[in-house]
Amino acid sequence: MEIIAGILVLLMIASAIAAASFQDLMNAVIASCIVSLLAALLFYLLQAPDVAMAEAAIGAALVTGIFVIAVKRTKRFEE
Amino acid sequence: MRKLISIILLGMVATGLFMSISQIPFGEPGERIGDHFINQGVNETGATNIVAAVVVSYRGFDTLGEVSVLFTAAMGLGAVIGLVRRKKTHTPIEPASLIVYTGCRFLFPVILLVGTYIVIHGHLTPGGGFQGGAVIASAFLLMYLGCRGKRIRENLSRGLESLGGLLFILLGVTGLVIGRDFLFSFLPEGEAGNLISAGIIPLIYMAVGLKVGSELTGIIDHLIEDTDELPE
Repeated sequence: MEIIAGILVLLMIASAIAAASFQDLMNAVIASCIVSLLAALLFYLLQAPDVAMAEAAIGAALVTGIFVIAVKRTKRFEE
Repeated sequence: MRKLISIILLGMVATGLFMSISQIPFGEPGERIGDHFINQGVNETGATNIVAAVVVSYRGFDTLGEVSVLFTAAMGLGAVIGLVRRKKTHTPIEPASLIVYTGCRFLFPVILLVGTYIVIHGHLTPGGGFQGGAVIASAFLLMYLGCRGKRIRENLSRGLESLGGLLFILLGVTGLVIGRDFLFSFLPEGEAGNLISAGIIPLIYMAVGLKVGSELTGIIDHLIEDTDELPE
């Protein structure tokens, strides 16, 4: 259990760093979506299914959609 | 220099957070109010999902505040988007591919059903108004991606949103009139575990689900509407 949680946390940190460092903002949006998905999984493993549901629906689905729209409206590549 | 100052500030914030959090034992029982919720929650409210009992019954007034925060955010977004709205150019919308179109049309009712289930069973199983509302809104997001050019009726979504908020406040005020305080559970608690039980918790969660779902859908609608009209 603790090993799985540790792996999840490491993957989350890796995706978060990737999200901050990608030049292509669309990739960064997908990486932050992965952070949210892993966080939802971690919440579920820590026996908080309510929070996991909210995180999966809002963090992984809606926020990603809104960010994709925002990237489409502005610029795709960071200078 | 600026980086050094920000690193020092960050270190100070981290130390403060660590010092305050390290005193609290992580995940250990022993907090009295938590024990009370876990042991007496089902008896007092009739909801088997203790989180729902805390969110709607014990801390119901806070939930009203949360809902109004979301409402304010949606209203602010609508105002900002309305201010910067550009000229309508009516560029032809590129339709989604057949696979995406068919998949979205197939998945839309299923996701909608799951969202409604989460809202209605909020007092029995994990979930509730916020989670179910977000799931319903994500179903509409999928519909916007798959079936381009389809729009919800803006009046309908606004009406449902107002209905949800009105229902919440009416239930609260009814509790004030009949019982002794705001959001007093004036309906019988029933047998814990049944669908119709737990007093007014399911009703309030339905109101919250209606409000959150239509509000988030409205936000997506506002954003997408403007992007489609941008000249390429």
